[in-house]
Formats: sequence, C-alpha cells, structure tokens
Amino acid sequence: MKFTLSWLKEHLDTTANLDEITAKLTAVGLEVEGVENPAKGLEGFIVAHVTEAKQHPNADRLRLCTVDTGAEVLQVVCGAPNARSDLKVVLARPGVVIPITGEVLKKGSIRGVESQGMMCSFRELKLGEDHEGIIELPADAKTGAPVTDVLNLDPVIEINLTPNRVDALGVRGIARDLAAAGLGKLKPLNDAPIAGKLPTSRKIATGLSASDAHKCPQFAGRLIRNVKNGESPKWLKDRLNAIGLRAVSVLVDVTQYLTIDLGRPLHAFDDAKLTGDIGARLATAGEQVAALNGKTYTLDETMVVIADEAAALGIGGIMGGEPSSVTEGTTAIFLESALFDPRNIGATGRKLSLNTDARYAFERGVDPASALWGIEVATRMILELCGGEPGEVAAAGAAPAWQRTIAFDPARVKSLGGIEIQDSEIKGILERLGFQVSGSGSNWSVAPPSWRSDVEAWQDLVEEVLRIHGYDNIPAIPLPRPPMPKTVLSPEQRKVNATRRVLAGRGLNETVTWAFLPSAQAALFRGELPLVTLANPISADLDAMRPSLLPNMIAAAGRNAARGLGDSTIFEVGPRFEGGAPGQQVNMAATLRAGHTTARHWAGTRRAVDAMDAKADAIAVLEAAGLNPIGLQAVAAAPAWYHPGLSGVLKLGNQVVAAFGAIHPRAAKALDVDGPLVASEVFLERIPLPKKKGAGAARPLLKASVLQPVERDFAFVVEETVAADAVVKAARGAERDLIADVGVFDVYQGVHLGEGQKSIAISVTLQPKDATLTDAEIETVSQKIVAAVEKACGGKLRA
Amino acid sequence: MANEKIEQLRGEILGACAAAPDMAALEAVRVGALGKKGSVTGLMKDLSALPPEDRKAFGQQVNTLRDEVTAALDAKKATLGDAALDAKLAKERIDISLPIRAEAKGSIHPISQTMDEIAAIFGQMGFEIADGPDIEDDFHNFTALNFPPGHPAREMHDTFFLPENEKGERYLLRTHTSPVQIRTMMSQKPPIRVIIPGRTYRCDYDMTHTPMFHQVELLVIDTETNMSHLRGCLQEFVRTYFGVDDLTTRFRPSFFPFTEPSAEMDIGCSRKGGELKIGNHGDWLEILGCGMVHPNVIKACGLDPDVYQGFAAGMGIERIAMLKYGIPDLRTFFESDLRWLRHYGFAALDVPSVTGGLSR
Repeated sequence: MKFTLSWLKEHLDTTANLDEITAKLTAVGLEVEGVENPAKGLEGFIVAHVTEAKQHPNADRLRLCTVDTGAEVLQVVCGAPNARSDLKVVLARPGVVIPITGEVLKKGSIRGVESQGMMCSFRELKLGEDHEGIIELPADAKTGAPVTDVLNLDPVIEINLTPNRVDALGVRGIARDLAAAGLGKLKPLNDAPIAGKLPTSRKIATGLSASDAHKCPQFAGRLIRNVKNGESPKWLKDRLNAIGLRAVSVLVDVTQYLTIDLGRPLHAFDDAKLTGDIGARLATAGEQVAALNGKTYTLDETMVVIADEAAALGIGGIMGGEPSSVTEGTTAIFLESALFDPRNIGATGRKLSLNTDARYAFERGVDPASALWGIEVATRMILELCGGEPGEVAAAGAAPAWQRTIAFDPARVKSLGGIEIQDSEIKGILERLGFQVSGSGSNWSVAPPSWRSDVEAWQDLVEEVLRIHGYDNIPAIPLPRPPMPKTVLSPEQRKVNATRRVLAGRGLNETVTWAFLPSAQAALFRGELPLVTLANPISADLDAMRPSLLPNMIAAAGRNAARGLGDSTIFEVGPRFEGGAPGQQVNMAATLRAGHTTARHWAGTRRAVDAMDAKADAIAVLEAAGLNPIGLQAVAAAPAWYHPGLSGVLKLGNQVVAAFGAIHPRAAKALDVDGPLVASEVFLERIPLPKKKGAGAARPLLKASVLQPVERDFAFVVEETVAADAVVKAARGAERDLIADVGVFDVYQGVHLGEGQKSIAISVTLQPKDATLTDAEIETVSQKIVAAVEKACGGKLRA
Repeated sequence: MANEKIEQLRGEILGACAAAPDMAALEAVRVGALGKKGSVTGLMKDLSALPPEDRKAFGQQVNTLRDEVTAALDAKKATLGDAALDAKLAKERIDISLPIRAEAKGSIHPISQTMDEIAAIFGQMGFEIADGPDIEDDFHNFTALNFPPGHPAREMHDTFFLPENEKGERYLLRTHTSPVQIRTMMSQKPPIRVIIPGRTYRCDYDMTHTPMFHQVELLVIDTETNMSHLRGCLQEFVRTYFGVDDLTTRFRPSFFPFTEPSAEMDIGCSRKGGELKIGNHGDWLEILGCGMVHPNVIKACGLDPDVYQGFAAGMGIERIAMLKYGIPDLRTFFESDLRWLRHYGFAALDVPSVTGGLSR
C-alpha cells in the first residue's frame, strides 16, 4: 500500500513531520516498508533570481548569468538553452552535493570565466528525467528560500499491510489510525447523498439465485450524463503516478483514485455502450470477457460477472471489460458500486491468475456500508472534475448485516495485555477508531464500525487499545519460573540428541538434506514402501517424499567428491516417510562413509571404508540409545539398496533396528556416485527406552574379582556359511558363570582347509570368582566350549 | 696364609669386575669367582683342610668376600646396563615434526546446535519440547489455527500438498510448527509451556527462501500469562541467545490468524558499512512473530478462551543461526558441502547449556 504525504493530509489535519508520521505508522501496526522522500538531499538548494543573462565571452553555447540569492549576487556560467534574464531558478552553491552525481560542487572556471554556482535541472536533482533545461520556478517564488518549500516534493510512503486491515487499504483508514494515536485530527468526509436530477433508466437486474446472492449482495448504479472526459488535473495525475499507477483519463482516474483513497473500488461504464438493464449474474461455463488489461478470460459458472442484457461486461469485483469501457469521447457513464463475496473473489482471482487492486480489496472484505456512500463520493468528484448531471441511484440487494456489539470488560486490557490503561483512555481510543462504546464499570458494550469486520471478540478490542496506546509501553516481565525446572527433553528426545553427539564424536559430520527427492531415486530406496509424491513440487526433481535418508546423502557425497573431497563421512537424523498421512514418518539416524578412512598417511593407516565401518556406526547409535549390543543379532537381510553380500540388518528379537552395509553398486550408479560407499540406517523409535528400575539411576553392584582372568584360544574349522556370531554365542553359552568375554581374533580361508570351509579363531576369557582355576578346571571348561561350538555350528577344533 | 690368599683373590676379582668392559666379560668374572668352579667357591674346599679351630674364622672371611664380590658385580651390572640402555636410546629417534595419524573430526550441524541452545534457554524457564508430524492435515495446519477456508492468509503460506487420497482428504506439508500447538493443547491440560522445534515447508525457493526450513514455536497456556510476560520471556531469550545483556527489543503490532493481539519483535542492531551487528546501535532487525493465542484457537482445542489464555511465538532457526554465527546464505544450510559443515559446524562435546555456556 503506497500513498503520498500530501494525500494523507487530505484526510489528516496534522502538524507532525514525515519522520513522526512514519514512526507512528509502524507503531500502530501499519509497518512502513519504505519512504521515498524527494526532498532528501535538497536541503542546501535555494531559490535564486537570474537578473541578467548574457553571452559567455569565449563560448557560443554558454550564458553568463548574474544571479541574486537574496543575500549576495553571484556570477554563474550556464549552458542551458532556457537560461535567461528575470527567471527564478534552483541554485546550487559550492559545497552542496549534486544528487545525480553524488559529488560536491566546487567553485570553478568555465572557459576562462569564474562560475560561483550551478543552476539545476530536474534530472540533476533526481526529481525526474527532464534535462532539456534548468528548472523554471514560479515568478512569485521567494528569492533565497529553500527549494524544498517551493517545489511540490511529495514524499511517497509504502506500508506493509497485514491481511486483516482492509480498512487501511484506503488512505483515509490510515489517517484514522494516526488520528486515534494522537497525530492530528481526521478531517470529515463529504459523503452526503447527491440528489438525482434525472431518472436512471436502467434497472439493476439481479441475475443471482438465492443460493448465490451472497456473491454480490449489493449493487448500486447511477447514470451521469453530459460529462466531459479528458486528461486528469495535475494533482490527480501526480498522486497516481507517485504510487505507480498510470493516469488514463479523468473518469477512469477517479475510480482508481477512490480505490486507494477510501478502499472503495468502483467502475465506470460508458453508458452508450450498454444494452438494457445491468446487474450481477454467474458466468456461463466458457463465457469470455475481454478485460481492460487487453487479455480475454474464459470464465466458469462459479464466477460473478457484471452483465447487461447483451453480454458479460466485466469480471465482478476484479476487472472491467474493454468493450464497455470509458474512452476519451465518453459523454455519459454508468457508475457501479457493489459488494462481492471475499471467498468467491479470491477463488475467481486464483483461477484466473488475475491480481488487481479491486480483487485485493474485495478479497479481504471492503467496508460493507461503502457501496452506497462510495457512489456518492465518486459522483461528487466526477461532477467537480467533469461536470455532468447525475441520475438517481438505482440499487438492488443490501449490505450483509455488519452491526454487532461486543461485551467488553476494560479490565481485560490489563489481564490480557499486561498493561494498566485508564478506562477513559481505553474508551477514547476505541471511539477515535470509530467504535461506539456504551455501558460502564466492567460491562461495556462496544459496537465496531462497518469498516472493521476483523474485530470480532473482546481480544480484538484489547489489541486495538494496545496498538494505539503503543505496544512499546507494555512492560517486559519475565515469565514466573518454576522453583526447579523439569528436564526439558523427553527420553525419546534425549536418545536423538545422544545419537547426534555420538556420531559427531565418531568423526561424522552432521548434515541436513531435503525431505524431498526425485521419484526415480525414491523408487530405488523404498523397498515395499509406497511412493509418496507431492501434488505441487517445487521442481520435478524434488517431487517425492524421501523413503530413506540415504539417496540425498549419497548425492551429497557425490557433490563433495566432485569438489575433491572423495573421503566423506556424513550423518543425518531425521524422518523417512513410510506413507503420505500424518504419523507415517519414522525418525532415522543414517550414516554414510565414502572413499577411505583417512587421507594417505606416512604411517600407512589408510584403507577403503567397508561394511564393518557402517556396522560400527549403527552399533554406536544403538549403544548411545541405551541398548546392549550383545542382545543384537546380525542377519544378512538388508534392503535391496545394499550390496547383497556385504550388508545386513541388526535385529532385536524379531524387530529390525538397523540396516548396514555397502551401497549396492547399481544404486550408487543410478545416483552417479562412485564407491566405495557404506551406510547405516537406524530406526531410532524402535530402540526400546532403558527400563526405569526401582533404584532409579543406581547401577547394579560391581562384582570385580580379585582373581586373575585366564585367556584360552580355540580355532574351529566350520562351513563357510557359518556366522562367526554363532560360534561366539555357542562358546559364550558353554559356561556362563565363568566365561566373561569371547572375541574373534582370526578368520581364515585356505585351500588346505578344504572346499567351502573356513577357520574361525576365538579367544575366550575365563573369570574365576571364588578361587584360582586349576589346570583340570580349565581343561573341563575348554572341552565344554569345544563341544558347544561343535554342536551348534557343526565345526571341528582345528588341529 | 689363608688371609693372604683371600686378600689376593679379592684384589684380583674386584679388579677384573671393575675392568669388565661389557656384560659378557662381567659374566665371565662372575662365573670365575662365584660359579661352581669359581675361585671363591673353591675357597670353601680349602675349609676342610683347616684345623677345626680356624674353620669358623676362615668361613666368615670367605662369606664376606662372597658378599663383597656379589655387591661389586651387581653394581657393575647396573652401570653397564644403564650405559647399554643409553646407547640404545641414543639410536632411537623419530621426526617429531611428522603429522599425527589422522582422526576424523565430526561436527554438529548449526541447525541442531541452535535448537539445543534454544532448548537450553527455555528449559530454564520451565518449557518442555513437543513435536508433531511433518505431513499434516488441513485442520491442524490451518482451520484450528483460525485460518478460515478460502482466507487469503492461507495463500500466503505457499503450501505443498499431497495428492487427494481416496477418502477425499488432502494432506499437506506443515507450513509452520504451529499445528503442534493444536496437538499439544488437545492432548495436555494447562498449564502448558512447550517449545516446538522442527522442519517446515513452503513452496518457495530463492536467495532467502528454501522449500524446507526450520522453525521453533513457543506456547504458553494457563490462566494468567499476559502480553507483558510474552515480552519479558522473549526479551530474556534474545538477550541470552545473542549474549547481549542489555539488548533492546521493540514490539510492533502485526497480524497472524492464530494470535490476538499479534506482534512482531525487533531487536537492536547496526547495519553500518553493510555489516549487520546485533546490539543497541539505533537500527532495528525483525526477529520473530508472536502474540496472545487467538480465542478461536483456544476454542478449537476444547478450552474456554474466557478462562485460558497465553502466548505463542515463532521464529526461523536458520535465521537466528545466521545472525548469531555470521552465516551469509540460507541455501548453504542444505547443500551438505563438507567444507561448510566443518567450518560452521560444532564439536560433538560443545553441548550448549545455560550453566556451562551456550556457545564457545
């Protein structure tokens, strides 16, 4: 919303300056987005009088002027063709900054003659493009006065209007807020009815059925005959131009002006181009309107058109039509002032992709009382500017009922707003805004004005009072504290936080990738999950919700590799989408390692990342979440985006809690990323929360034996399909009380072991509790271990 | 006679011991003196040849000699050992300027870190964390938040929609974290104090907008929290978060469908020389939107707006992270550029807390 300062002062009687006004606008909630003040930077320029202009002795095109500043007489060399005697000009004296160049003017010598100043053009002052000659000020301009007093320099103010404040879509509404806030007085608006001097022959034809009547509840029209159209007066053109509108002709400009001035859109038809009665009706499907913007719109049967007996004339409440429009030669107009349904206007505008000032206003809801007074104000302005004879107002329908009262206890200002304001001031603010206040004590009855459809409840009244009184007067009081705050994070949230910190501690860099990805990639990483697409993606390659965090991470590894960072380790914690409904997202921790573990190093520690790195990441997350990894079972059943032989899942009972392994080369190739790539995905919500035991945080008593542990090694030859884990579990189970730990220290395959065989070497730690183990006891345990492994895994102790 | 022999032997052995150049020579001296056939051992054989009355004294002398020799051998052995170790160590040298074995340094993303900072501050004020789904329904994202169907404010949200399902429902990606206000009020009894951090989505992508971003929402519902508490709470937050104890704030009236009265809060800043600095320098920077929860929202959650009241506030997490940590471009948050992650990320152990420091 843009307007000029002088325009505002049409409605506001104020002595406040521009800075005071803009500060107050922001303070009352009409946030100033920008101010273009053409007077800025012109402070040093004065009105001067050219008393004599003669030919420069050394140059044909230059004039030598004698210039009176009121205080002294200067000699100025000027090249402008219009520099002549007895002219009032804008003079820059040495020391001022010329706006167009930004440079300080210096005393100089031009072709051997001293010049003690410069006479300026509009362009040099950045007041326009005119550079044909110097500015010619009116003859009565006072010599020596600042030019800012003489030139019509109207600052343009732009405010960022919130969608609720349709009343402030008009300059008058803005003036009303400022007046309420103490920045002057609102001038009266002359909206008194103008008596019709002739009958309006056209009737208002309501073509809307009862169920659609709300789409255009009121329609008023008036014939004005013998008008003289033409160019608008300068002040009107200046104001429209200043806010970026194009002046067309005075009849059109009046409707443009009032849309901005009062927030009341109107339309003027050329009466000679109408046929019979006029009114609102629904468009027929496929009906076309050639609109004023030169485009033809095809409408549907939900949209309202203004039509006469021959055709649809315009898109109701949005844009008029070309064939019935006012032209230079128009001598009679039919002025329309109507009300439209905000929702229907919004829907129509969206379907047609048509944004106009009228739509903007109607969509937010113009003052329901304005259809009738709007036509009077417009008539008055047209009669003033174009002459003519007004007809009687013809109207149909009625404004929707807007009168209401809100029960209001002024103490609510303190209880909700947190600030003490006197009742008299509360009442004064509401009344200055146009509300009618009655009642007393804590039982007030407040009736909002027609233009404030946004005010519905007592809370809205509190806001009105607070914003006019000034939000900045509200004290800042710390929220009362609980004596000892609760733990902020839930156990589930702590799990997520621990996951992040543990993975970062393991050297992985946390990343955040899009929740979307190309559906072609989703297809490679979704397994049995449905494809969840967006109806309106931001682009074709972000059209699906991710079924896994990995594709975006793999693509990121590819981008990093292209930057020369082929060894990358990243992780992300966030949702995967298992379906397209609320609650079908699952929180995942995913890791991705690419390339090598480290850069090349003199100590030779570099190796390619492998599936076990990914398994370690997964287990680290599970442990951070409080899981004892001994209870996990590794099963070679990872999803299809993993390498079939170099991957697995970790199960807790029947539940898969993590997947890990090398990324399937085909999946990597589809993402155009080279390996090695290993990844893990942990289902955070599937990890059971640690059970709270009776003793709270207390841990079981440490039973550290004083006796020395004994370590014994065993090597078994088993089928190559036997899992090392099975051997370890069998050994561990052989004598639970004694066996403290079992580790795998060698895995070997070789021809002499036989086809399809492998050797697994384990080291078993025996921890005696009561007495040192005798050789015989150790031997007994060893035999049990061998027997258990042989039984469970079908292996033989390696000779 | 015997004494002379012992004295002579002592002189010979101790001399040989002192002169032994290395461990091998010293061992030869030991064997020559104390071995089975050693000279000192041999003296004991002489014992039986002595008259009984002399045996005791001679025995004592031999034992003394043996002790002396043993001590001398041990001392020499230690000396030789030290010298050998010194010689060995003198040959062991590394180039201490060599680089250490590389250890990967992980990092926490600025979004996570900022969320942790926010949680640490509001945790002090008695807030808990609530969360909700990214895919939402129209009721929670709009209707219950007082966006009537067809309201222009809905359009301003640039919503991502999912295709209509067979039941005719059209889900969407939440455009703000505010739907969790509704979920919280419908599932929890007041008093309520929660913060709601999370991913949000809008169909907009340019210099200052990304289709996915993060917000944190505040919700307080009880019977007496008013706008002065809103202002106090947020003022404490921005002062603590930005580490400027006397940071000034400005409240401006604004509009959000789900709050009434609504406000925007600015903080003091400076933009001199194109550089943004937080502090009381005369200029203002918009930082968040807030307000008292709208009566229609409270009603939609089954509570009486004449009894229950409170405030809500929301801010962009990337934005306040950018302001605090001087990160120039929003879009870089989601590019996974390792150089960026390492440069702007935080160490694993930099866990923000009010007691231990929010940021280094």
